This record gives sequence, structure tokens and C-alpha cells, in this order.
Amino acid sequence: MIRLEDVHVRLGQREVLRGVTASLTERRVGVVGANGSGKSTLARLVNGLVLPTSGTVTVSGLDTRRHAARIRRGVGFLFTDPDAQIVMPTVAEDVAFSLRRKGLRREEVERRVREVLERYGLGEHADHPAHHLSGGQKQLLALCSVLVLEPEILVMDEPTTLLDLRHSRQVAALLRTLPQQVVVVTHDLPLLEDFDRVLVIDEGRIVADAEPAAAIAHYRKMMA
Amino acid sequence: MSGLTGAYVPGDSLLHRLPAGVKLAGLAVSCTALLLLRGPAALAGAAAVVVLLYAVSGVGLAAAWAQVRPVRWFAVALFGVQLVFADLPTAASSTLRVVLAVALAGLVTLTTRTGAVMAALERCLAPARFAGLDPFRLSLLLSLTLRSVPVIADLVTRVREAQRARGVERSPRAFAVPLVVGALRHADALGEALAARGLDD
Repeated sequence: MIRLEDVHVRLGQREVLRGVTASLTERRVGVVGANGSGKSTLARLVNGLVLPTSGTVTVSGLDTRRHAARIRRGVGFLFTDPDAQIVMPTVAEDVAFSLRRKGLRREEVERRVREVLERYGLGEHADHPAHHLSGGQKQLLALCSVLVLEPEILVMDEPTTLLDLRHSRQVAALLRTLPQQVVVVTHDLPLLEDFDRVLVIDEGRIVADAEPAAAIAHYRKMMA
Repeated sequence: MSGLTGAYVPGDSLLHRLPAGVKLAGLAVSCTALLLLRGPAALAGAAAVVVLLYAVSGVGLAAAWAQVRPVRWFAVALFGVQLVFADLPTAASSTLRVVLAVALAGLVTLTTRTGAVMAALERCLAPARFAGLDPFRLSLLLSLTLRSVPVIADLVTRVREAQRARGVERSPRAFAVPLVVGALRHADALGEALAARGLDD
């Protein structure tokens, strides 16, 4: 459960979010909006990467200002550019990096890494350098590194922007199977079709909040 | 399976089976020995040993040449300069030293997996704890450096392409500015990703 109460965010001179209030309880929540509308900032509020200038953000009852570390353990974050998110030179090492502080035995770490890589079709690439993967495979690796921690909430900032049609479809299909609550910021409107709720952000405010068909129609009219 | 640079050649030779730490130590010792060797005969012997090691590793000629190729112009220039300022034996032996050292280092790269090198380094770094340094942070630093090399190389390719597309390929400023800006942006994004993955929590 994610709750935003009268959230304002100022970055330098710019007021990026101006009074956002929402309770996100649905399993699949989409966020759309023009470039610079504040939707990426909204995503970063959920795991405390950005803190509100005023107002409060709570995740499962915890305030992001005081419990950022604890919240981040329960909230996985997927960035647009997997090259920035992959921090280890090889595929398996990057997934293992996520598990480094779980206090698991080495065999257990290896087992979990192998399992998640195999589930998402990267099993045979385990020992390959990350830069040998295609863009779509890199995004899958970034996702594996997040999912291996079994977060309760998954936030994705434009996860399909750099992907080809086949890989975007793969991510969309995968989204449907995830047990977690998922918040997706995107320009990929077909991805949101079977979501439970879609927010439309414009100039730092929520201007529409409805089921996908109505929200997307509003967004299309706004962009016309 | 390939190594970090994609140069690793899978195999089951004696060299492949040696522990990474032994190979790294051996590399340090043999490079020192190369510096101490005097006279063309001794260096010719060293060259024969290096060729023999490559033969034992079974990596093949193409892989061996790929390791030495990057220094070929440097070797030619070094030989030329030494020939002008010293004499032929000096020029030949100093050039041979450099080429052999590069070939030996290349042989370690070709026969060792990255994971094994990193594990060996982490063990070597363990005593740093007593100097107040965190071995985990040191090995993270090394890993991030290794990870950043291909990312920055991609960035260089993109900047070069953009330069060519705009017809400014001779301007050093049109190369350096976007490259530095791009590298800094990558650093910011990497920092954000590390925070999201709980590094400083």
C-alpha cells in the first residue's frame, strides 16, 4: 500500500510535483504523462530515492523520510537504462550482488541466482560478461537482480522504452505473472491495457485517475 | 563461457587449471625476471619459453596475436627510438622485453575466468581491513571499474557516430565535451542504482 499526501517536490528552481495525493492499493498501477511531467519523480518517491519537499509518502505504513533503507528492502526499482543498473561485470555476479547481505551460504546464493536466471531465460548466459547481452537481455538481467530479492512492490521507470517489440511483449507478459504490486511509469500505452488503474500526470499534478481505457483516452486527448 | 573482455578461451590445459592467484604471482615474477635478463641469448631463451607456454595453453594463433596486436605500433616506435639513441642489441632486447611481458599478461587473460581473478584479488585485499579499508568496497570499486569499461567504450562509439553525422569529426571539443558529460551522467545513474539496490543502507 503506497500513500502520497499533498506531496510537493522541488528540484532546484523547478517545482516538479505540486500537490499529489493518492492511495495506491491496486495490484497493477500505470502512470503516464508527457516528458517532464513529473512521473519519473513520482516513481522515485516510492522507494525514497527522492524525498518530498513537503507532504508525506508512506509505503506499508512507513514514512520514506525516516525508513528509506527499510522501504528499499521491500521495494524493487527497475530503471529505464539497464546499463546503469547492472553494476557487476558478469551476469551471475550481478544477481549475486543483490543477495550479498542476506547472510546466505555460497551454495544457496548460487542456487537462487541459477534459479532466477533460468526462469527468465538467461541461464546459459550466467558466466557471460554483461556487455555481451542484447538490450532486451540486459533489461531482463536487471529485472532478475531485482526479483531475486522477492520485493513486495516493484516500481518500473519506463521499462520497455529501449526494448524491441518482442522484448516489450515479453516484459508485458511477465508483468501479468508477477505476484507483487507493480507501479509502472511508461509511454507504452498498450502495456497498460489490462492494468487495474492508470494515473495521468501533467505539470506535476494528477489530472486523471481511472481504469485504463478512460485514463488513456484522456491522455490521448490531452496530447492531441 | 567467455572471460571479462570476451578474450577467455575455454580449455583444459595445465595453464587453465592453475589457480588464478598462482598465475598472477607467476606473471609478476616472470615480468621481473624479464627486466633482469641481460643479453640477446637470454632473451631469445625467454621468447622460446613464452612460445612454449602458448603452445601448452592451446589457445591458438589468432587469440595469441589478438593479445600482442595492440602494442605493435608502440613496439615499432620503441625499437626505432632505441636504435637512434642506443644500438641494435639494446633496441632489440628492450622491445622484446615489452612484447614478451604483454604476451605473458595476455596468456593469463586468455586462460583465466573473470570470476577467478576477482576472487583471488578479494583474498589479496583482505589484509586491507587492518588499514581501516573495507575489502568489500575495494573489490566493488574494481568490479565497477571493469563494468564501466565497455559502457564507456559504447559511449565513445556513440559520440564518434554523432560527430560524423554532424560533420565535426576533427573537433576535439565536439568529442571531449559529450564524452565527459555522458560519463558523468552514467556515474549519476550508477550511483542512483546502487542506492536503489541498498548499497548505503
